[in-house]
Amino acid sequence: MHAPLLVSVFIVASCGLAYELIAGALASYLLGDSVTQFSTIIGTYLFAMGIGSWLSRHIGGDLLRRFIQIELLVGLLGGISAGLLFLLFTLHAGPFGLMLYGLVMLIGILVGLEIPLIMRILKGEVAFKDLVAQVLSFDYIGALAVSLLFPLVLAPHLGLVRSALLFGLLNALVAAWALMLFRTRIGNVRGLQVQCAAVIAALVIGFALAGRFVSLAEANLYAEDIVHAESSPYQRIVVTRWRDETRLYLNHNLQFSSRDEYRYHEALVHPGLAALPGARRVLVLGGGDGMAVREILKYPQVEHITLVDLDPRMTEIFRTSPLLRPLNGDALHSPKLTIVTADALQWLEASSEQFDFVVADFPDPSSHGLGKLYSTAFYRLLAQHVSATGMIVVQATSPMYARESFWTVVTTLEAAGWQTAPYHALVPSFGEWGYIIAGHRGYQMPKTVPVPTRFVTPDALPALFHFPADMARVPAEPNRLDNQNLVRVFEREWGRLQGH
Amino acid sequence: MQRREFLLGASMAALLNACGQPAGFSSKPPLPPGTLTEPARLLGHRLRQKDFPAPTETRRVAVVIAGGGIGGLSASWRLQHAGCDDFLLLEMESSVGGNSRAGSNAVAPYPLGAHYLPLPPPEARAVRRLLRELNVLKPDGQYDEAYLCHAPQERLYRDGYWHDGLLPSLGLGASERAEHARFHDQIAELRSTRDHAGRRPFALPMALSSREAAWRATDRSNFRDWLLQNGYTSPALHWLADYACRDDYGTRAAETSAWAGLHYFSCREGEGQVLTTPGGNAWLTDGLKQGLKQGMEGTRSAQLQADAVLWRVTETRHQVACDVYLAAENRSIRILARELIWAAPLFLIPHVFVPPRPEWLAALAGIEYAPWVVVNLTLSAPPETRAGVPLAWDNVLYDSPALGYVVATHQQLRYAPAPTVITWYRALHEESVRSPATPLLQMDRAAWAEAALRDLERAHPEIRQTATRIDVHRHAHAMIRPRPGSLWDGRREVFTRNHGRVRFAHADVSGFSLFEEANHRGVLAAERTLTRLGVSFNTFL
Ligand SMILES: Cc1cc2nc3c(=O)[nH]c(=O)nc-3n(C[C@H](O)[C@H](O)[C@H](O)COP(=O)(O)OP(=O)(O)OC[C@H]3O[C@@H](n4cnc5c(N)ncnc54)[C@H](O)[C@@H]3O)c2cc1C
Repeated sequence: MHAPLLVSVFIVASCGLAYELIAGALASYLLGDSVTQFSTIIGTYLFAMGIGSWLSRHIGGDLLRRFIQIELLVGLLGGISAGLLFLLFTLHAGPFGLMLYGLVMLIGILVGLEIPLIMRILKGEVAFKDLVAQVLSFDYIGALAVSLLFPLVLAPHLGLVRSALLFGLLNALVAAWALMLFRTRIGNVRGLQVQCAAVIAALVIGFALAGRFVSLAEANLYAEDIVHAESSPYQRIVVTRWRDETRLYLNHNLQFSSRDEYRYHEALVHPGLAALPGARRVLVLGGGDGMAVREILKYPQVEHITLVDLDPRMTEIFRTSPLLRPLNGDALHSPKLTIVTADALQWLEASSEQFDFVVADFPDPSSHGLGKLYSTAFYRLLAQHVSATGMIVVQATSPMYARESFWTVVTTLEAAGWQTAPYHALVPSFGEWGYIIAGHRGYQMPKTVPVPTRFVTPDALPALFHFPADMARVPAEPNRLDNQNLVRVFEREWGRLQGH
Repeated sequence: MQRREFLLGASMAALLNACGQPAGFSSKPPLPPGTLTEPARLLGHRLRQKDFPAPTETRRVAVVIAGGGIGGLSASWRLQHAGCDDFLLLEMESSVGGNSRAGSNAVAPYPLGAHYLPLPPPEARAVRRLLRELNVLKPDGQYDEAYLCHAPQERLYRDGYWHDGLLPSLGLGASERAEHARFHDQIAELRSTRDHAGRRPFALPMALSSREAAWRATDRSNFRDWLLQNGYTSPALHWLADYACRDDYGTRAAETSAWAGLHYFSCREGEGQVLTTPGGNAWLTDGLKQGLKQGMEGTRSAQLQADAVLWRVTETRHQVACDVYLAAENRSIRILARELIWAAPLFLIPHVFVPPRPEWLAALAGIEYAPWVVVNLTLSAPPETRAGVPLAWDNVLYDSPALGYVVATHQQLRYAPAPTVITWYRALHEESVRSPATPLLQMDRAAWAEAALRDLERAHPEIRQTATRIDVHRHAHAMIRPRPGSLWDGRREVFTRNHGRVRFAHADVSGFSLFEEANHRGVLAAERTLTRLGVSFNTFL
């Protein structure tokens, strides 16, 4: 009699692990930073299971009936979990973190109830030591099955939303099966049958419609069609297009939108380069999309540009893709350009070249690795590569949303011996964005911008260097390699925003 | 219940797979290549037998320094600064540095022993002078960022999770937390205490510590008992104390002098920042030997002779005769010196000095050394972090007889993940080289490589796949052990005194092995030698 229940243990354990993995994968997909997401989700889930196990002592009465109902509830909640979270995220419906962990807690508690209940149901039929041995081994085997199946088969082929629904369905089927087997031992079978049928029907319909739903929701996430997606050894590169707008996402973070990237890149290049009529040699660090190079190439006196990017796929895509080449005006094919695939820090340490203008366009300092690119050590190293009258410009995140981070970068440059001229520009896709020009000497705002521009014009320049009260300087500590305080400040400031 | 751990493990494995890692850690790839090195062990045995050819030539020099570790190099550094160039430093290995040497391969240099120097307290004046000289300590009091250990400095692996720092940050009860706070306060108080002579209870160099009996009395008990007697029962704190003793002294807390334990925690100031480089402390070795004229055949003025074993010392009224075996030439020479600075380990004294003084032999009875094994693993990619804080410089595993690993490339200026070398440390705290059976020390390269992999794969299941080389460095007499009573029972201090023409300059003289101690002993011995030679100087100490 207990064999069927052991089979259900196997299924129940599989489903239990599946929901946890799905929530973890979804959270890292949507929020990034997979290690943190996975470990906090798993932690919460395990904790919730503990609560469930503890609560199971309060469940009395008809245990089989309760078990079937719990199965149905787990099936329903777990089944729709991924779709629901996806929808909530894309609709910006309230605090996502709260909803995510709330749902994970709820499912975890229900899953935690399952095994203790099964053990109590089987208690009368099997000796305790066999019971523990059998239930736990089926539990483990089930978990193992899913842990292998999920990453290899389910996630890639079914997707998260449908995988969840599938496991929900399994839970519901266990309930239906148990109901069939034990119908003589349970009172009011009719009511349970109706519940079973309703849950199974709902999940089946969900599964059938999931394809349409996902593309709807993902379209919501990207709000546009994905025209290129690949994972390089360093990052996930996604290019999307909607009507005449092209966007680049790296690790799901928007890098530019073709609608307003000219604002970002004009602001990055012209305030500095227009003030350096003698600039011959230019270095671009990061910026493998070629947009900054496009702006620099407008200056006829620039004889040579070196572009150093870590990811060869980035420069390759932007050199060859028919969709993207027009965006940078084929800048990556310029005979003045040398493309170097290297870690900027390593390259600078090894090279002895000098430049008149350097553009440091790195991703935001969201990890210790990236934080090194905003450190006193890095800016000191950079100083050795800048000619006496030369300048650098640094993209330095948003002085509006990450105010202390921005001013930390300014303070860091100053601590490394640079004279700084911080400024900002409004790029609608990003909001207010911050840059810093720095030189061995002070910066003089140019009277003219000698090349065609749409946004950075001479009369617009002074406003860029003016910081309204809400972005004005705040005291900050320099970001040194031995403290990396920028990474912490940045995490705090953007974390606050993402908890919206 | 174990279900919890299983789920965690299984889901982590799933995450790894999902991230595109090669599936199936179960298949064991063959052990990658590598070497076994061991500081001149055979020479050591020959020393005991005095199994060397008789000297065929006699040379003269004012000062012989025996041993080119930090102690001997510090002595030569001090002599040079006083304008005394008439000395010869003898080193048995083919390169100087002793425990502060580095190996190197295409990926990075890596330490073979000492790997860090904590920011020195004001008392360590000679160390600070050296750091200023090397321009690592700047005139404005700041340290060079390239040498300061980059963040994150250390982390601890416990219960499947990497915690920030060495005390686990999660899963501690309120009472344990309170105990840690109390310990922290007590240490802070020890740091700021000064006795009536203005000395710290536990100073670095240790010779500058308070001489008051109350402090020295702590030497008689072991550190574990001291913690218990002071009401500290927290398992995490006891683990930390034990870890600290194994890491710095090669002994369990229960076998370490409480004086040494308290010294570890309270002799310095600040927040535990350290200086380090990919090659560990080899940069300090290089800094100290900068001015030395290297030994070459026939050049009489050479100040450094490598591959040279001092195997017999006979002291007469007017000179010290040093018989030195030159391995490269397979012959011995006799060097007649006015002064000898013995900067080799003290346990060799009975085998080299003819005859050894009785008070030395008495003082050496009971001296004990901790054997060490250092395994350098070259990896095709940095160790992965499955849960918790990111890779740090020092990465410690909680439930392990080993001491974790440091990452050689941590100080490199690069932001993208790249191949690396990690150095795994294991003090053989359960063994003493006094006892004849040292099975751990007998283990060969394959066995130690396997031991390191097994220890590390608990936190890094991919390690067998990423390891491309495993080099093992095994050292029987790696460091002296500060056992209870060994520091202040009067015997150790015999070696701090002048003995005719001989002075001792090894870290062993301090009773525990630290860069600062070896440096202090070297400088002190050199300055006493200068006095005897009638050279005037301003002390570095
Ligand atoms: C694994 C390990 C890790 C360590 N980590 C640190 C650390 O991180 N920080 C720290 O401060 N300390 C550390 N130490 C302690 C380290 O021992 C000291 O920092 C310092 O290097 C000791 O120098 P020393 O000169 O006293 O001794 P040694 O390094 O022992 O030098 C003695 C020298 O004498 C030579 N010699 C011996 N006999 C003869 C002979 N007969 N003739 C000629 N030459 C001879 C030896 O070859 C050797 O070079 C570590 C030690 C070990 C073993």
